[in-house]
Amino acid sequence: MSYCSAKFPVVAGMADSSYILLDDVVFTRGNRRIFDGVSLSVPRGRVTAIMGPSGTGKTTLLRLIGGQLRPDSGRVRVNGHDVPSLRRKDLYRLREGMGMLFQSGALFTDLNVFENVAFPLRVHTRLPDDMIRDIVLMKLEAVGLRGARDLMPAELSGGMTRRVALARSIALDPDLILYDEPFAGQDPIAMGVLVKLIRELNATMGLTSVLVSHDVPESLSIADHACIVSDGRVIGEGTPDELRKHTSPKVRQFLNGDPDGPVPFHYPAPDAQADWGGTLGGGSRRG
Amino acid sequence: MASSLMDGIARLGRRGLDIIASLGRAGVFLWGALVGAPRPSVGGPLLIQQIYRIGVLSLAIVIVSGLFIGMVLALQGYTILSDFGSESAIGQMIALTLLRELGPVVTALLFAGRAGSALTAEIGLMKATEQLSSMEMMGVDPLRRVMAPRLWAGFISMPVLALIFSVVGVWGGMLVGVEWLGVFEGSYWGNMQASVTFADDVLNGLVKSLVFGVACTWIAVYQGYDCVPTSAGISAATTRTVVFSSLMVLGLDFVLTAVMFGSF
Repeated sequence: MSYCSAKFPVVAGMADSSYILLDDVVFTRGNRRIFDGVSLSVPRGRVTAIMGPSGTGKTTLLRLIGGQLRPDSGRVRVNGHDVPSLRRKDLYRLREGMGMLFQSGALFTDLNVFENVAFPLRVHTRLPDDMIRDIVLMKLEAVGLRGARDLMPAELSGGMTRRVALARSIALDPDLILYDEPFAGQDPIAMGVLVKLIRELNATMGLTSVLVSHDVPESLSIADHACIVSDGRVIGEGTPDELRKHTSPKVRQFLNGDPDGPVPFHYPAPDAQADWGGTLGGGSRRG
Repeated sequence: MASSLMDGIARLGRRGLDIIASLGRAGVFLWGALVGAPRPSVGGPLLIQQIYRIGVLSLAIVIVSGLFIGMVLALQGYTILSDFGSESAIGQMIALTLLRELGPVVTALLFAGRAGSALTAEIGLMKATEQLSSMEMMGVDPLRRVMAPRLWAGFISMPVLALIFSVVGVWGGMLVGVEWLGVFEGSYWGNMQASVTFADDVLNGLVKSLVFGVACTWIAVYQGYDCVPTSAGISAATTRTVVFSSLMVLGLDFVLTAVMFGSF
């Protein structure tokens, strides 16, 4: 039981099987349309992987779920709540039941490991100090870093930073964890540790987990459910096995990592012959 | 030709709209940060920590500058006043100059360079490393948790720093005027006491420095919060903090002086 979800219960009748529901979400940043009608659902109590090529707005998707961004149109429902229409106060309360693991870890650089993990507890609860200490050490033990409690963030390796950030995001026993590229830039051991942690935490804490990633084998190895987002749309959704058997060329190219295919190797460019012939401007040649 | 003229006008208009939008965002930002501060048991220690970093750590530069400016005022004042045989008025001149003008203005300029730039860089880096975002996702409003204590600390520190600046300046003026140039000590203090009034001079100076404190801290914190979260963006925001704060202080000083002392 979360410390916080009790204060902000599920809307009656909304406790269906999907924890997050995106319905026809359109989102534009500047002149660029990032999502053009994305619909997907995240089943409760499962690990859902959202995959896609770099630059398809996977992190933006997490920010829409967390209410840091508002869609231009469409619905974003989390645990029965319509996120974009929540008042600021309610949104902050909803977030107390969410944990988010940022790609950079985003630890507070002026606090040590212990205080980083204790931060949400100190802000959101009035627990006595010795109880906070016990909880923090339990969370650090869960990620294997109880012994690193006195280190400062600058003294941690990349993998350790992410594990501390993970401990911090589960400090309040959330119902939902959002992982932003948890495997990016990790060595094989750190990656193995993170894969194990995500899987185990989901099982032991009864969480719903969403991870966005472009690391296909790791993501599919722990996901119960996966979606592939490309060009502002969901191009494939289902269990990992269903996706592996998917017939769409785009899905196949992404899962197999083919260098050329529906997603071309070349960034759109003018005709090559004209470019090298010097009849076009741009580049270092002033036209 | 006509189209390039139209382009120019359009650009000017867009720039105007950008500035107004930015002012609006800054206003909403200030409102969000100052309304609903964290509960005292949490906010108190945060505020004290920021007063230490913004105010106490600026003491050295303020005291040294105040001392030298007081000494220079005494030297310059003595040269001019002694031509008229009125060097005994030097105490009055130094005290009024410092309390009404130089104390608030120079302190604010030093503050913008010492504390303002540090605030912008710190908050900008917190934004770039997603610390502000992660706070939001933890259900903690960074406006209240990070910005509010820094704003209040700036508002509180500036008048105190300006007052210290003036006091040290008056003492520095005495060192040069009385100890070195030989002005009679009784007339240094006596003329000062007779001419400086609390309501007109001390209080007006404090009001000025409070206004400068609000302006400088608001600019610094907002520039950090609103910066583009890259190294180039943080560097540009830090520069803007110092430039905008300095210009704002000098402009506001003219307005405030005209209002306070302009009744000829």
